[in-house]
Amino acid sequence: MIVEVGHYALVLALALALVQSVLPIWGVKAADARLMAVARPVAWGQFGFVAISFAALTWAHVASDFSVANVFENSHSQKPMIYKISGVWGNHEGSMLLWVSILALFGAMVAWFGRNLPKTLLAAVLGVQAWVAVAFYLFVLLTSNPFARILRAPMEGRDLNPILQDPGLAIHPPLLYLGYVGFSIAFSFAVAALIEGRIDAAWARWVRPWTLAAWVFLTLGIAMGSYWAYYELGWGGWWFWDPVENASLMPWLAGTALLHSSIVMEKRDALKVWTILLAILTFSLSLLGTFLVRSGVLTSVHAFATDPARGVFILGILVLFVGGSLTLFAARAGALTKGGLFAPISREGALVFNNLFLTAACAAVFIGTLYPLLLEATTGGKISVGAPFFEMTFGPLMVPLLLVMPIGPFLAWKRGDLLAVAQRLAVVFVVAILGTIATWWATRGGPILAPFGIGLGLWLSLGALAEIAFRIKLFSEPSVAFRRAVGLPRSAWGAMLGHLGVGLLIFGVVAEGAWKVEHVLVMKPGETVQVARFDLTLTEEKTIVGPNYDATVAHFVVREKGREVAVLEPAKRNYRTRKMPTTETAIATFDGFSQLYLAMGESQGGGVAMRIYWKPMVLLIWLGCLVMAIGGAVSLTDRRLRIGAPKPSRVASAALPAAAE
Amino acid sequence: MFIWALFAGLTAVAVVIVLAPLVRGRRGAAATEDGDLAVYRDQLSELDRDREAGLVPEAEAEAARAEISRRLLRAARRGEPGEAAAGSNRLARVVAVLAVVVIPVFSVGGYLMIGRPDLPDAPLARRLAGAEGQSIEALVARVEAHLAANPEDARGWEVVAPVYMRLGRMDDAAKAWTTAIRIAGPSERRNIGLGEALVAAGDGAIGPEAQAAFRGALAAEPKAVLPRMYLAAALSQEGKKDEAVAAWKALVASGTDADPWMGVAREELAKAEAVAAGKAVTPLATPEAATPPGPTAAEVQAAGQMSAADRSKMIGDMVARLDERLKSSGGTIEEWERLVRAYRVMGRTAEADDAIARARTALAADPAATARLDALAAQK
Repeated sequence: MIVEVGHYALVLALALALVQSVLPIWGVKAADARLMAVARPVAWGQFGFVAISFAALTWAHVASDFSVANVFENSHSQKPMIYKISGVWGNHEGSMLLWVSILALFGAMVAWFGRNLPKTLLAAVLGVQAWVAVAFYLFVLLTSNPFARILRAPMEGRDLNPILQDPGLAIHPPLLYLGYVGFSIAFSFAVAALIEGRIDAAWARWVRPWTLAAWVFLTLGIAMGSYWAYYELGWGGWWFWDPVENASLMPWLAGTALLHSSIVMEKRDALKVWTILLAILTFSLSLLGTFLVRSGVLTSVHAFATDPARGVFILGILVLFVGGSLTLFAARAGALTKGGLFAPISREGALVFNNLFLTAACAAVFIGTLYPLLLEATTGGKISVGAPFFEMTFGPLMVPLLLVMPIGPFLAWKRGDLLAVAQRLAVVFVVAILGTIATWWATRGGPILAPFGIGLGLWLSLGALAEIAFRIKLFSEPSVAFRRAVGLPRSAWGAMLGHLGVGLLIFGVVAEGAWKVEHVLVMKPGETVQVARFDLTLTEEKTIVGPNYDATVAHFVVREKGREVAVLEPAKRNYRTRKMPTTETAIATFDGFSQLYLAMGESQGGGVAMRIYWKPMVLLIWLGCLVMAIGGAVSLTDRRLRIGAPKPSRVASAALPAAAE
Repeated sequence: MFIWALFAGLTAVAVVIVLAPLVRGRRGAAATEDGDLAVYRDQLSELDRDREAGLVPEAEAEAARAEISRRLLRAARRGEPGEAAAGSNRLARVVAVLAVVVIPVFSVGGYLMIGRPDLPDAPLARRLAGAEGQSIEALVARVEAHLAANPEDARGWEVVAPVYMRLGRMDDAAKAWTTAIRIAGPSERRNIGLGEALVAAGDGAIGPEAQAAFRGALAAEPKAVLPRMYLAAALSQEGKKDEAVAAWKALVASGTDADPWMGVAREELAKAEAVAAGKAVTPLATPEAATPPGPTAAEVQAAGQMSAADRSKMIGDMVARLDERLKSSGGTIEEWERLVRAYRVMGRTAEADDAIARARTALAADPAATARLDALAAQK
């Protein structure tokens, strides 16, 4: 009964989404306040019903109700509780239910925080939001129904894919979807502005916090996914330029550009049309990512062709929304008021520079991801576009962007003074150069480009810190610096943290890429191997029985200069139900950010194959992302962003209805 | 019926959510301050705060103030589109009636097309406690749960292993026996169980792992007959004709006519001698020269426990599994030949012909295989 109530609630949510997609927009067109007023309560109701539905599916997973096909295919009665819950979204149907749940959540949040929005804009935004929702409810109910039942329920399920039975993967999809779906708000705002035919400075103000929130979640989601791939897959890499990863990177790049262009729009009343276009593109790329991951097109274009229902449906959604919104954009963009012009050397100029390079980098990733698919679909030829392509295209596009990044925040709006900025950044520049030289000297004979990478990292992180230091006059008037620091808007702190995070990320990427040590060998118990400055001894190999797997564990003792510093136990698990092996890596952190990484391979000839890596500074990669996300969150708490508009004064709200009659 | 009451309640909530703002009248028409003006006023006050905090120099602040004021004036001059009217009562009424009708019809109609209101929930705990808990699958599930909690219970593994065999879950059976042997050590019963599970999982092939298991059984109980029969059959499978004859001879010599297995052993000895002498063996008795008596030897033991119907089902299952595997992941010419012969032996000639046709497609690139298939088709 609980299951069927959840199923019915999902149909009801669709019904409410249909209402929400028609009445408010009709109200906008007919200038009817009552129809527009339907939008907010319906948005809440829609979320309420999806929440019931999601709770019902969660219950079915927790109670191992194998009469639900989704539970049977992805759960197992012996699975630990946390994975019974995360298994709800660890499969196609459940993850799409999570998708629509988050979409409804964002709709409800817009309805809640948007009390002060102009009524027509709010109605139009929620209406557009409901169009997206309707499309995805239909997708879930018609092609991917998580509530499909089995008449004669089996006694045991098929278990969740073992590599998904991991805490990282329990939170990665929700974070990623909060990011993907969060951009739908920016999209809805953009389309609503196009429908209304007007766009004002207030628009950017309301869009920015939503974009920022989505960006923070997406940043965390991508970082989480990357760290998961690093420790769970056992290949030692942290980014593989895999289409699934690129699918999340593209909206992130576009979203980062959107975040910056909306600043120009808010502050300078310029770049309006471009910002609208970016908002549309960002969400379009989110939809594209959903299509790539959910249609099965990645496994093989041909597999997609043989079971096309889902893929064609999402492709339809993609074409409808991307095509529809871009057509609307083409038709209405001319009618929107353009912003003013500005000098190239100015804050706006720097932000345009940022936008140009970010979108170009995004296009490079787009081509590298989609070209092989297109080629396979049209000619049947299979090519693989791997890291070299992206290093040749994405890398060079990023370098100028990063070089200019510390300069941007120093430039004044409208007309910047490059010479003054150069004077302020001279010290940072000299330190970065010295850092490059010192690194070169310390690692003579190593990779040639690595010292420049370290210099770039110094330039970025010190540049970010210097900007704040100058703003609070840390060196010129230290006595008032603290008071100034407190008075500084949080968005300034957020920007600093965001840019600092990029600097840390660069340190991690460069150090890991250039100075990692890798050993692949077969070891027998009692043997010792030296990796970097450590001696690793394999003491024994043992078997362990887990709740739903059996594991072979290698016991390692790590010594540094004869002193024991760590015990590591990499393992190979064999999950009983799916008969799938997984690699459990063992990782120890040294010096704060560097890691010793052990992954176990097959046993062979009385020994066991081991992959042992020393990864200097590798943690900075994810720490940098975390700092970026914290920067976004700090910026989000900026009071000026949180309050959409001042509360209407009592006089106005009492007087105006009468006037409106 | 209770479920329909719940549905009705949920539907009522949905309808009320839509109706409320429609009938609530004009409250929705409250105006907010024009968006642009609000932003610019905010910017002005922010500028003032910054100046008081000493964050912007006086001159810069003045310039910024002038700029914002200019925009403020421009926005004020542009004016706002008129505030929306409260809306006509008639329109609201029409929409309200539509909502009352359309939402329930749409949701119930839509749900009935895809939902199963007649199916109750089936949480595992409740099913195990109820009548369904007595079915063989439920018992297996319960033993599995017990073993997951007490993985070192050898007795549990021994109990569940033969049940797996009967359910056709050969790999699970083999694993259960392996675990039992790991915990309680080798014994005749456990090792034979493991060996037979491995043979069954390998479609009758007595591989090195299975042979090791049977040898383990002999080590535990040197007088055991079954392991020796399997090992002898394994020699034939490996093409060691003379050694196979010797093994069968030794076996026959060790028993008396009173032993129930003696008949089978003699038959196998005769076959092995015929093979060693290079005579053609009738395909009906041994489906394939390369893998002859495997299933036959298994039958010796199976005969005691299984009815004829069960036995033919077991063979049918094995063939079906082989077919499935070849269909999904392809295979060698030998495997295809084995499948075709098996179908012929079972009298299912149509399926045998079908298998040949599929094999031709699958192995089209290999001329040698095609030739063998032609020969096979001609044998009919």
